[in-house]
Amino acid sequence: MSSTGTRIQPPPRVIQAARSPVMASAFAGRKKVLPILELALLIAASIAPLVLRDYITVYATRVLILCLFALSFDLVWGYAGILSLGQSLFFGMAGYGVALLSRDFGVGSIFAVLPAGALIGFVAALLLAGFLLLGRHPSSVVFVSLGTMTGAYAADRLARGSHYLGGQNGIPSIQPMTIGSHELSEGPGFYYLVLAILVLIYLLSRFLSRSQFGLALAGLRENEQRIAFFGYKVQHLKAIIFAISGAIAGTSGSLYAFHEGFVWPNMLGVVMSTQVVLYVLFGGSGTLIGAVVGTAIVEGISFWLSDNYRDIWPIILGVLLLLVILFRPLGLISLVLGERERVGHFGPSLKEKRNAAP
Amino acid sequence: MPLLEAAGVSKVFGKLTALDGAALTVGEREFHGLIGPNGSGKSTLMKCLAGALVPTQGKVTFINTDVTSLTPPERARAGMSLKFQITAVLPALTLYDNILLALQARSSLLDLAFSRSRGRLHEEVMKMLVQFRLADRAFDAAATLSHGQQQWLEIAMALACRPRLLLLDEPTGGMSLEERRVTGELLQPIKQHCSLVIVEHDLDFIRDICDRLTVLDQGKVLASGTVAEIQANRSVQEIYLRRA
Repeated sequence: MSSTGTRIQPPPRVIQAARSPVMASAFAGRKKVLPILELALLIAASIAPLVLRDYITVYATRVLILCLFALSFDLVWGYAGILSLGQSLFFGMAGYGVALLSRDFGVGSIFAVLPAGALIGFVAALLLAGFLLLGRHPSSVVFVSLGTMTGAYAADRLARGSHYLGGQNGIPSIQPMTIGSHELSEGPGFYYLVLAILVLIYLLSRFLSRSQFGLALAGLRENEQRIAFFGYKVQHLKAIIFAISGAIAGTSGSLYAFHEGFVWPNMLGVVMSTQVVLYVLFGGSGTLIGAVVGTAIVEGISFWLSDNYRDIWPIILGVLLLLVILFRPLGLISLVLGERERVGHFGPSLKEKRNAAP
Repeated sequence: MPLLEAAGVSKVFGKLTALDGAALTVGEREFHGLIGPNGSGKSTLMKCLAGALVPTQGKVTFINTDVTSLTPPERARAGMSLKFQITAVLPALTLYDNILLALQARSSLLDLAFSRSRGRLHEEVMKMLVQFRLADRAFDAAATLSHGQQQWLEIAMALACRPRLLLLDEPTGGMSLEERRVTGELLQPIKQHCSLVIVEHDLDFIRDICDRLTVLDQGKVLASGTVAEIQANRSVQEIYLRRA
């Protein structure tokens, strides 16, 4: 048990929040903000390419792919309390994997490369989980975060040194992804494809995080040791959600590779991993919509800043991020989403109750 | 055959011997109190029973199985449940979800992913909440409960795993007199299906609900027997007088 000594976890803030008078009123009036917000964002995303200029649509496609990547991190950290600082490992490995499929085997069909990317992410995450999470006793947050980070760092260095993987330059000019005989190049077509995948995976994640499995994950995040005493196989739960998140990161990595047309070692490395942490903290971890909003806003601001303040924009962005983390530790989403709705509750729906009644 | 048997249990932390060959036997549907002065090794013995600590020496047998080196989840699955000394309810979750979390621990992963057991468990959750007088707070976050209510929620959660044996570490710590009385009432009905090992400083409380007592002093068992026997025991009286 001593290995769980150092705990870095979200809940203490939650306790404070729940005791404050503001939150007490939020508990009382159970308004549903979340579905409205989700629907509004979906509508906005659906009409965006119609009103945006083409080069912005291309940028927005990249942002949606990163949203998918952010979802994968949010599932492990925001929902299950596993601090994975090596999420880019699955993103990048899948990216390199599909790039090699395209370069060496001429495989570019979407029905082959996306499942391949998801599978690479899934298997890589499962293997890493075997090392980091599946011991007989639960491993500490620090151990897992350093372990995942080391994995990402090592992969980055390996890719840089590997002639087969193109060294520092990575693998350039990947052939476009195909659906049947149609080639998908960047633009509105690619945008809607990514949006559809994002919505699908968002809905699946939403279903899972609100299921009884989601309740078990919430228990894991709140107090891992406690739920182990209930008889939960804590390590198995962690490995499962870690592998699922790896598959999502892999899907987004393969989309990224085909969208950009090349892969390079940064996709595997620590910088990419850190970026996704920032997206999720900024938007609000533990809510799927927070991860999406965080990614869109951080990327949107960077885009605008880099255009207008060419030299100092990273500093401005850094200060903004710090301010949010200082003053809204639960992320921007906490401005509109009450605590009760954020955590959710897991009891049966009315229908399930009726079915259970004799 | 007793439900739980601990024999010759020792635990050494560096130079400190916290337990020195302690023994404990608990029968089916028996409420067994573990008492002794501060530092006598009660909590250490409790942790060795629950699996939070592995004894340096000795053996713990539970339902004819040697559980000495099993992890807490393995013991939980065998039918042992523990209520922590410091309350460990999950503060951000509602009371309802706290209980459901405990109840669904034995559902299969597929049942969990497709939420197939929560309809069936609903009535059980509500029954526990009613039994522990928390039903009107069912959909409030556990963090909003008073200390005493959190302790009750903990006991409810520990019982929700349907254990054969419940280990309670200081269930009435920090409670008012009235809350203690209610806690005693809440514990009585569980005797029909469950044994209890309880560590408690409040001797009146423990006398009221326990069948048998074991007294520890400096890591050793000083006496063990029915409540009446222990009350009449000279050496037990002495250690309590000595420190009073």
